[in-house]
Amino acid sequence: MARVIQGKTIIAGKASGIALASSEPVSFWGGYDQVTGEIIDRRHPLSGQIAAGRILVLPYTRGSSTSTAILLESVRAGVAPAGLITDRPDIFLALASVVADEMYESSFPMVAIKRSDFDSIQTGDHIEIDGSGHIRVLEPS
Amino acid sequence: MISDLAGFETHLTPYDRAVLEGEEGKAAQMAMRILYRMLPVYGVDRFMDISAAHIDSTVYMGIATMEYAERLAALGAKVRVPSTLNVSGVDEYGWEDWEVPPEVAGNAIRQMKAYEAMGCIPTWTCAPYQTDHAPVFGQQIAAGESNVIGYYNSVIGARTERYPDLLDICAAITGRVPAAGLHLDGGRAGTALLRLKGIPRALQEDDAFYPVLGHLLGRKASDGIPVVEGLDVQPNADQLKAVCAGGASSGAIALFHLVGITPEAPTVAAAFQGKVPTEFIEIGMADVRQAYQELSTSQGAKLDLVVLGSPHFSVNEFKALAPLMMGKKRHPDVEFLITCSRAVRMIAEHVGLLAPIEAFGAKITVDTCPLTSPMLPPRIKHLMTNSAKYAYYSPGLLNVDVTYGRLSDCVQSAVLGRIEREEGLWRA
Repeated sequence: MARVIQGKTIIAGKASGIALASSEPVSFWGGYDQVTGEIIDRRHPLSGQIAAGRILVLPYTRGSSTSTAILLESVRAGVAPAGLITDRPDIFLALASVVADEMYESSFPMVAIKRSDFDSIQTGDHIEIDGSGHIRVLEPS
Repeated sequence: MISDLAGFETHLTPYDRAVLEGEEGKAAQMAMRILYRMLPVYGVDRFMDISAAHIDSTVYMGIATMEYAERLAALGAKVRVPSTLNVSGVDEYGWEDWEVPPEVAGNAIRQMKAYEAMGCIPTWTCAPYQTDHAPVFGQQIAAGESNVIGYYNSVIGARTERYPDLLDICAAITGRVPAAGLHLDGGRAGTALLRLKGIPRALQEDDAFYPVLGHLLGRKASDGIPVVEGLDVQPNADQLKAVCAGGASSGAIALFHLVGITPEAPTVAAAFQGKVPTEFIEIGMADVRQAYQELSTSQGAKLDLVVLGSPHFSVNEFKALAPLMMGKKRHPDVEFLITCSRAVRMIAEHVGLLAPIEAFGAKITVDTCPLTSPMLPPRIKHLMTNSAKYAYYSPGLLNVDVTYGRLSDCVQSAVLGRIEREEGLWRA
């Protein structure tokens, strides 16, 4: 049974894929492999998971101002997440999508949702972002 | 045409509209379009002027960062305000002394040339506040590079948000930023009161205290605005620089207030702009010791490289280092690296500070550092540093272990060929 979460569109667009979710923020600089799309922050719960093509569900990005550049590199290399869900508008992640659109006509959508909804999404859920702030969540049977 | 932002209302000036419509050229149009699309993310409806910028987009991360710089430059981008440059991906004229892959060096240098072509000031340093391009109190700036953001806001009282790479250059080209956050009076009030208690004066007077204090601020206040009460001494510029770098590594501290020391905090009440602190944290020696220990990951005494200068070393830091090295030599198995700007190296050389440092066997890298340049040989596995930023990031980014120590311990360990630390100060 699918349920629908209403969020706020940060970057418009549609995407669907399998959720990779954590309540721990990640620093993309030193935490995301821009060649493989693997989460490489060895202190992070998602360490070792491949985020390329997934719907990455993270509260926000932590740390250095270089996170945006890493995410842009990963878009160019074809290993960026298909979409991002956060619990607040994240400037560092949103900017990567805006610049990727300018440079490569390849952006990814972002939706911010409230914390209780955020906590309800689990790794493995099937997610659809529809472009108007709706997130359709289908739990694996 | 100005694209619509899905119903988000904006208040643009005639200048903003003209730039968006391409009247100031294609590069300014692209820069303004990126800024404009970010307005809803910032949650504000207008821009404001800046009068300087510090560009961290210079850090070479791969083809995309190079292509971005070259796209802007090819479209004719020129910065509208004086803009200093942060570190790049290589030491432009010294990279061949290290193990930088030539392809990376070539691309990173192309990226450097693109930013120079935009009219930026080629400072190539993460300590621009120790050049002759430092801003002044109250000045509105767009800065990237987390320690610079901390120093401009906290120590100088200039005003910048935490700008991501790629956006700082858009602000420099247009002279505009979203009117948000730390640019505004209300965004600068403290969020948490941290009271130092029982920290001996001898420790407060030691340089080694300040990176640890910064690390603690980041740990305790995360991305808030900590107000620190209870420092008994007046820290110098290099000590304050170390607080900024530490707080921006373990946390995302963009502004802190030291009561009685930093310009917006003559009193606790002033630092909180009259509001009541919502969070109160007492910091004692147990916290300080824990933070000190967190900065090291090494188990043994093995040492391959001592690295100093994150943020970039100052002339005064060279002045402290030179006498410690006088008449000594590093152990043949230990490399010693100092990172600084071209300008600081030139001054240090002119006043004779580099001779004993070179005789010791230390090397100097300018323009960059090992965190942003793939320069270290793979045999290097055990680092020592007096910098909280090097200590925090080295294990993850360089796959090494690290020991944090005082400047004198760094020199002594390099001579002995193994890590030795004088730890009496931390026992009190």
